[in-house]
Amino acid sequence: MGAYIARRVIAMVLMLIALSMIVFLIFNALPADPARLTCGKACTPQVIEANRTRLGLDKPLYEQYAIFAKGIFAGRTYGEGTSVSFECSVPCLGYSFRKGEEVSTLLWDRFPVTAQMALGAFILWIVFGVSVGIVAALKRGKWQDRTIMGFSLIGYSFPSFFIGLLLVFFVQIKWGLIGFEGYVPIYEDPRLWFSGFILPWIALALLYAAFYARLTRNQMLETMGEDYIRTARAKGLRERTVIAKHGLRAGLTPIVTAAGLDLAGLLGGAIITEQIFALPGIGRLAIESVVDADLPVITGTVLVAAALVIVANLVVDILYAVIDPRVRLA
Amino acid sequence: MSIGGTGDTGGTGEVFLDVKDLKVEFPTEDGVVSAVDGVTFSVRKGKTLAIVGESGSGKSVTSQAVMGLINRKTAKLSGEVRLDGEELLTATTEQVRSLRGKRMAMIFQDPLSSLHPFYTIGKQLAEAVLVHQHVSKRAAMDQARTMLDRVGIPNPERRIKDYPHNLSGGMRQRVMIAMALLNDPELLIADEPTTALDVTVQAQILNLLRDLQKEFGTAIVLITHDLGVVADMADDVVVMYGGRIVERGGIDDIYYAPEMPYTWGLLGSVPRMDVGRGARLEPIPGQPPSLIRLPKGCVFRPRCPYHELVPGNRCDVERPDLLPVTPDHAVRCHLEPAQRKEIAIERLGAHSGQVAAPISTGQGTGSPRQEGR
Repeated sequence: MGAYIARRVIAMVLMLIALSMIVFLIFNALPADPARLTCGKACTPQVIEANRTRLGLDKPLYEQYAIFAKGIFAGRTYGEGTSVSFECSVPCLGYSFRKGEEVSTLLWDRFPVTAQMALGAFILWIVFGVSVGIVAALKRGKWQDRTIMGFSLIGYSFPSFFIGLLLVFFVQIKWGLIGFEGYVPIYEDPRLWFSGFILPWIALALLYAAFYARLTRNQMLETMGEDYIRTARAKGLRERTVIAKHGLRAGLTPIVTAAGLDLAGLLGGAIITEQIFALPGIGRLAIESVVDADLPVITGTVLVAAALVIVANLVVDILYAVIDPRVRLA
Repeated sequence: MSIGGTGDTGGTGEVFLDVKDLKVEFPTEDGVVSAVDGVTFSVRKGKTLAIVGESGSGKSVTSQAVMGLINRKTAKLSGEVRLDGEELLTATTEQVRSLRGKRMAMIFQDPLSSLHPFYTIGKQLAEAVLVHQHVSKRAAMDQARTMLDRVGIPNPERRIKDYPHNLSGGMRQRVMIAMALLNDPELLIADEPTTALDVTVQAQILNLLRDLQKEFGTAIVLITHDLGVVADMADDVVVMYGGRIVERGGIDDIYYAPEMPYTWGLLGSVPRMDVGRGARLEPIPGQPPSLIRLPKGCVFRPRCPYHELVPGNRCDVERPDLLPVTPDHAVRCHLEPAQRKEIAIERLGAHSGQVAAPISTGQGTGSPRQEGR
């Protein structure tokens, strides 16, 4: 087990390095000139060239990458040896001249909003989607099953921005049930905090819940047809125990994998949902930086989101080995 | 081999399981699948009844109907299943559940898929104890350990912490047997208990079952398509085809004086030690019937080489009844008894009108159940 985890961690680190190279290369190959972004309206060709040299943007790409990578672990000083030098602290993912802020600080400020949005939606869709899926499986072919599967198909077919806009239109505009405060930290006003998050939670959870209801139903149906379920019944176990202890244990295990990866994906930001509900999260930051062509922020956001998925992959694999004793890690 | 009364198939102990006219039907989109139709048999304590037939003959469905493992919502069951006098088909599911694993237990064909992959052997065994006995978890675990030792699993102390995938096929089947025996059941149904195992392990498992039967006086229903296993184990035999019993009798009746063309076919397709090396095995031509649209006449008619011997196309138009030849031996066939005896001698060769038993997988080779005869 220990060796397995060690191997996986090493593989993950290698993957992260490769990932950072690719991300760095892609965004530096864009036609946008990073030096041009440093001075805004005050730009003259002389200033741009001066900044290019000061920031090391005239160096070859591999050297720039080395500086970038070193910055993540050791910090970095911009404009070293000049009068306008400044520190970018560890982990330095770059500096946004647009926002006048270190990329890591920007991400760190936005992350809590995205995390609250993702976790709330996650809890909602797991509780709702999985339980509804179990009911559908146990009532296979009955009206409960058909109703649930019908709604889940609808929920699954609607894009989240459509559901989001419907919610905004009816709940906020037409019925005026919820105001337009947007994000309010929980310590400032718990009630407003909740009303700021409830709609994005629902909009995100509906889509995922519909998917998880189907996934759970299929898993449960498959499991309940297994030979070991028949054995459990042959022992004389009550049907409740057969389902809860033998059925769910095996049927829900694969759902852990899907859930872990989906949560990680959401933690990297939900661009559309954050935009619709005015949540200043990572998704919003990503959009702003794309609109502003704010290269360091784009690179940082993509890197962090991708790293989240890679780490989640590892966590899920290890978790799976713990849950399923047959996974013996070769 | 003992002489039994009419109707049931031999034995001296009390009748423990009594099945009468059992029917199991599954409605499907393509029509009603008549999986079991009018099956009647009984088993006495300490005796073994073998149910023999190809896949799809209804033998597994019969056993699961007895155990109450067939969903009454999706299948139609009728007839009678009496366990020690108690009628099970009309009993509530809760009543049947409380008997399951306690007075009647079942061993399944594939022990790997029949054990839960996520729970340790010990947990799965202890669970079987805890449903039916009011004991502590620790006491249940002790029982599990003792039972593993009893079914010949070395090092039970360590094995209870293992998962099913850690064990070999033979060990897993021993675990299944241990699980079935934990609550001292009076009836044990073994559904192809050795099919998934290699031959040497097969013999061990059969010996184990026999020893345990001697010790506890359990009634055993052995479901198999392996006539070698039957010769080794059974007191009585029921041959099923197309959801029906086509021949029923004591082990000697079936091996030495079989009278149904299907039984001949089964015996003819088993390798034998007593005929020359050149002799070829004779498979039964054709496929088992679809249980949705059964032939109108005899179910075996499409595969039967002798139907022309019966005058007036009776095999095509009339279902034969299961009629007694002797009090213990009944056959479902339109052929005249004299004709059947003649063909049996001709087909299965044999000296002085007796057919030797096929080679068996256990130690009882040559003749079935040499002991006690």
